[in-house]
Amino acid sequence: MVAKTLYDKIWDAHVVNTSDDGMSLLYIDRHFVHEVTSPQAFEGLAMAGRKVRAPEKTVVVPDHNVPTTWDRVNGIENEEGRIQVEALHANVKAFNLPNYYEMNDIRQGIVHIVGPEQGWTLPGMTIVCGDSHTPTHGAFGALAHGIGTSEVEHVLATQTLIQKKAKNMKVEVTGQLRPGVTAKDIALHVIGVTGTGGGTGHVIEYCGEVIEGLSMEGRMTICNLAIEGGARAGMIAPDQTTFDYVRGRTHAPKGAMWEAALTWWKTLRSDEGGHFDKVFEIDAADIAPVVTWGTSPEDVLPITGAVPAPEDFEGGKVAAAERSLDYMGLEPGTPLQEIEIDAVFLGSCTNGRIEDLRAAAAVLKGRRISDRLSTAIVVPGSGLVRLQAEEEGLAEIFKEAGFEWRLAGCSMCLGMNPDQLGPEVRCASTSNRNFEGRQGRGSRTHLMSPAMAAAAAVTGRLTDVRELSELEAAE
Amino acid sequence: MEKFTTLTGIAAPMPLINIDTDMILPKQFLKTIKRSGLGVSAFFEMRYDTDGNENPDFVLNKPAYREAQILVAGDNFGTGSSREHAPWALLDFGIRCVISTSFADIFYNNCFKNGILPVVVTPEQLELLMSDAEKGANARISIDLEAQTVMSSDGAVVEFDIDPFRKHCLLNGLDDIGLSLEKSDAIDAFESQADVARPWV
Ligand code: SF4
Repeated sequence: MVAKTLYDKIWDAHVVNTSDDGMSLLYIDRHFVHEVTSPQAFEGLAMAGRKVRAPEKTVVVPDHNVPTTWDRVNGIENEEGRIQVEALHANVKAFNLPNYYEMNDIRQGIVHIVGPEQGWTLPGMTIVCGDSHTPTHGAFGALAHGIGTSEVEHVLATQTLIQKKAKNMKVEVTGQLRPGVTAKDIALHVIGVTGTGGGTGHVIEYCGEVIEGLSMEGRMTICNLAIEGGARAGMIAPDQTTFDYVRGRTHAPKGAMWEAALTWWKTLRSDEGGHFDKVFEIDAADIAPVVTWGTSPEDVLPITGAVPAPEDFEGGKVAAAERSLDYMGLEPGTPLQEIEIDAVFLGSCTNGRIEDLRAAAAVLKGRRISDRLSTAIVVPGSGLVRLQAEEEGLAEIFKEAGFEWRLAGCSMCLGMNPDQLGPEVRCASTSNRNFEGRQGRGSRTHLMSPAMAAAAAVTGRLTDVRELSELEAAE
Repeated sequence: MEKFTTLTGIAAPMPLINIDTDMILPKQFLKTIKRSGLGVSAFFEMRYDTDGNENPDFVLNKPAYREAQILVAGDNFGTGSSREHAPWALLDFGIRCVISTSFADIFYNNCFKNGILPVVVTPEQLELLMSDAEKGANARISIDLEAQTVMSSDGAVVEFDIDPFRKHCLLNGLDDIGLSLEKSDAIDAFESQADVARPWV
């Protein structure tokens, strides 16, 4: 028997056929749909008189445009945003899609948080969505990736995708994590090592004892950022942690079906000798709490570091660094911890899950955020995450610290709704992209973990969360 | 979809690496439910100042490049989001071909669905084409998809690789949904078999 990787196994189980030229028709088990990348796809279907082939495998939720303020029960004020959400609603009705979570449904949230939460995301599946952060679902040992709108239309019409098999890449994280280092730090550190183009054309399997030791929330954070390393998808072999998370969820299999599924899921790991085209080995001891300083997710440094100079780089990166520093308004040599911030955003599909909120709340408990901050918001990843956080008393901690407590959505991760930052506003953000203009035109984003963002909120500058806990010990 | 066979046109140099989809088309323009009309907003934040006036230093605002049909760009072009609005905006502006040393996966795919040819070249070849593009409007670059070549204004020829299937679709302007629907029987068969093998899906 040929030794296969996890990716090979899931791929092989879903190939409908392969042509001589190497292109395959890949069957898609789950299709997640949101309001921004789908209207033109539904329009295309309607114009061609086509139907949705598998409505029961299609899961729909508005997330990018929805306001997160409490008055949204009254509707969306922004006209274009409202039209897009209404178009989604109309398409759900016109194409008879049964699995739909409306804006004011308590189960609504960011599509990549709702899917796993509701048990739509299962090991061994092929999963797509018109959204680049679809690799999040790879945390379950699924092959999950983002697609464009034409491909959304293709999947709606055929429940398949025309694909060429990607290469295999392994990222193994071994050793022991240092205190204060979280899944987000691992993920950003990995991108710092591989570069934003390092994974291009590959599917990454994350493995090693550090990855195995992570919760499902942490694994989702890791896989969420696979795309920022350029990979088509990221995945982690399913294990007991996965099965425990999935068991009992609304759309997870039950009874005899569960047992049958489990038997197959347990075979979903890379065989000894499975071929990887690229391998990165990372020692957990090398990972510190990190922040980004520039406008690419690969611009990552330990919080103890200083802003680099363009001359520290080579090739095209010199000009890119110059541009980044200018955009970010930073001087080379400035210690990162001296950089003052104006805003903090806790949320997104990277870090909007319950564990993320717990980590941030642990730092904020009994503290106040800095007076410097003009904006400090917590946006839970889903309505259910919000409820749970309220039940656990986390919401109170955030509010007492001075944060605004919001309703679920993508929010300031990309600012398609009213949650945007002004020019030159500097933000500590738990999201996934620090691109120019991402959180609002001219705004400046520093990516970091929830605990680090909470620490920054307290001091009003980029802060090593480990020092804050020492402070606490000393008091 | 419009066919792509050959193209001779002005190439605009964009030597920056990691030009991401937020740069190509920022989110405020994703609220449309149409594919058209995005060209005026392409590269919005580099192209216009905060008052909405054109930034004269931006390459596509320079007289020589206003009619550009080709972009020659730094590594990892199109990184970031899955928004097909990015290639829609390029196409609406008039761009039919982007040349770089590498592209982000989803963007690369999205180009083919819209009649845009993404061409991957080596760093040396990019340098050659970049300096050619920098010569301005007189330096026209020619692309021949059938022959898989790019020719610089002074006649230097660069060959490139491309998937035969994608090439075929682009050359003939084919809608791949139609092609896949022709395989309905195979999809039906796959579903029946998968329903037995993995009934919980
Ligand atoms: S939270 Fe951000 S990254 Fe995630 S789906 Fe929404 S916009 Fe995309």
